[in-house]
Amino acid sequence: MKNRIKYVFFFSFAVLILSALIALMSGSYAMTIGEVVNTLFGNGSKAQNVVIFDLRLPRICVAIFVGIALSTAGCILQGVTKNPLAEPGMIGINAGAALAVVMLISSRSTAYYNAISMSTIYLMPLVSFLGAFLVSLLIYFLSYKKGVKPTRLILVGIGVNSGVNAIITLYQLNMSKGDYNQAMTWISGSLWGSSWVYFKIVAPVVILLFAIVYYKSKTLDVLALGDELATGLGISVAKETRVFLVLAVALSAIATSVAGNIAFLGLLGPHIGKRLVGPKHRRLIPIAALISSCLILIADTASRNLFTPLEIPVGITLSVIGVPYFIYLMMKEK
Amino acid sequence: MKRKLILMICIGFTLVATGLMVATCVGAKNISLKTVFDSIFAFEDVLDMQLVRNGRLPRALSTALVGGILSIAGAMMQGVTRNPIAEPSMMGMTQGATLVVAIATVSSSVFGLTGNTFAALIGAFASGIMVLLFSMQKAANMSISRLLLAGTALSTFFLSMASVIALLGNRSQELAFWISGGFRTATWKNVMMLLIVGGICTLIALTMSKKINIVSLGEEVSIGLGVHPTKVRITTILLLIPMCAVCVATAGNIGFVGLVIPHILRKIVGNDYRRLMPLSFLFGSALLIWADIAARMVNLPYETPIGLFTALLGVPMFLYLVRKENS
Repeated sequence: MKNRIKYVFFFSFAVLILSALIALMSGSYAMTIGEVVNTLFGNGSKAQNVVIFDLRLPRICVAIFVGIALSTAGCILQGVTKNPLAEPGMIGINAGAALAVVMLISSRSTAYYNAISMSTIYLMPLVSFLGAFLVSLLIYFLSYKKGVKPTRLILVGIGVNSGVNAIITLYQLNMSKGDYNQAMTWISGSLWGSSWVYFKIVAPVVILLFAIVYYKSKTLDVLALGDELATGLGISVAKETRVFLVLAVALSAIATSVAGNIAFLGLLGPHIGKRLVGPKHRRLIPIAALISSCLILIADTASRNLFTPLEIPVGITLSVIGVPYFIYLMMKEK
Repeated sequence: MKRKLILMICIGFTLVATGLMVATCVGAKNISLKTVFDSIFAFEDVLDMQLVRNGRLPRALSTALVGGILSIAGAMMQGVTRNPIAEPSMMGMTQGATLVVAIATVSSSVFGLTGNTFAALIGAFASGIMVLLFSMQKAANMSISRLLLAGTALSTFFLSMASVIALLGNRSQELAFWISGGFRTATWKNVMMLLIVGGICTLIALTMSKKINIVSLGEEVSIGLGVHPTKVRITTILLLIPMCAVCVATAGNIGFVGLVIPHILRKIVGNDYRRLMPLSFLFGSALLIWADIAARMVNLPYETPIGLFTALLGVPMFLYLVRKENS
């Protein structure tokens, strides 16, 4: 078992590096692997430097951290709700964050990304966290009835999700066509326009939260056993559940604030990870994070290059991959 | 009970009738009732009358029909799946239809209106079969959360595919109109289509109400009473497919109608589908007519998406049902 985990870890790490390299190479300005390596070591031409260091590398780094955040949030939700199909995108947390961001954008100006002022960029994660947090509070209270039952939490989440999406649609329809297309990349999740600024916001927060979750992974293991058993083992279930939910909300909020509403990533990574290394969270969380990062990188490369010069939001690519897998999981699970 | 029923029918008809009247009279330009009647019975070629005849009247009628059809579809689905939250838009059926409509719209539409209906039909058919696959499994196996998660996943999938297609065709905002639903393009052709396809299916559905009654009692009971639940389920969903398809072809994706109305009515007239289904039709029409009036009037002269109003009613109802179900 120990060896196997090592293998899995190294293998997925290798896949991550490989997909990062492919992401660096491909695009409307295609580069060979030699050129990429050369540029990375500082010997590139001006154009190559711009492409690698200003465009592709920040995007890849942001993608990796978004993958880590969403996958960890998915692990938490699946453990806490004891429902293997729980996922931050499906139960409305991401939608809440997306709604807040869209409201912020449309209240400020009609320009996006580069034209957005610096303060708005720093404000965005905060606002998106606020949105995610408010929606999660709403879900929590609406599903509270002598304690929070996991199934009820998910069902309420689905309902709130569709409500929030209806409000997002209202904002969307009032936008002009150009704005709409931009806003849509937010709503369906896209890494378009990621820069080092975003990276600087995401990376520290994600690392911190990830470390906390990793440190508490044993508690998550116990919680996944069931409420009675967990109480018997001396864990205050209600309190710990709340702490973990806050962590999951924070993780998905920070991911959404830079990449928009990406669904299914929090489902795919943890499930593939569980297949490979078993349900113990101490192993599962890092492996799942690695796998999710690989997935989002590959999906992002695909959505940049499949229909060049058009780019489709990576969230869409991911849900096209994710849904069949999700349905397969449902059919299998009796 | 009888008196309650008659009272309900009266209320329903009044709501529909006043709704239709208001819908034709008010709008960005208010038109007097007399002009409305004149334009039906003594048509002259003036602007107001043209507006009524070619704009408001077909629109009002199609809202009435779509509302009725969607709501009866919801009632049927809840009956045969024995699941209080089953509803075409929740199960991904209407989204499947939306996807194929998007494809038809983007790929140089030589088909016109019938093409849209046909496309919606294909989409609804495909997604209907997927819904069947899920609901065909043993009833004990089919918890509400599973069915709903499957539905949500399916609808996400269809809508993402539709977004890709719309993005590639540079039509994404039009797609948003399809997704949020609306009646701004309703014409007499739509009304005819709804009347013919929807009408026939609704009539067949009404004859099935007795069987749905029995199936809704449970697997064992219905086999004991000589009704094969799987057969009824398949026929019902096959009926639902064209019903959803015409609605989507006319008005896009309007959610929650089939959830709200049957549940309110169930509280009032009980669980007998022979009464529930026709009443659902009536009140579903009333709901959508008034929702459409609101959609036109809230932000004059612009339209607010009608799906927002149905969601406004539907989401709290959904949450209420979920809380009740899991206690």
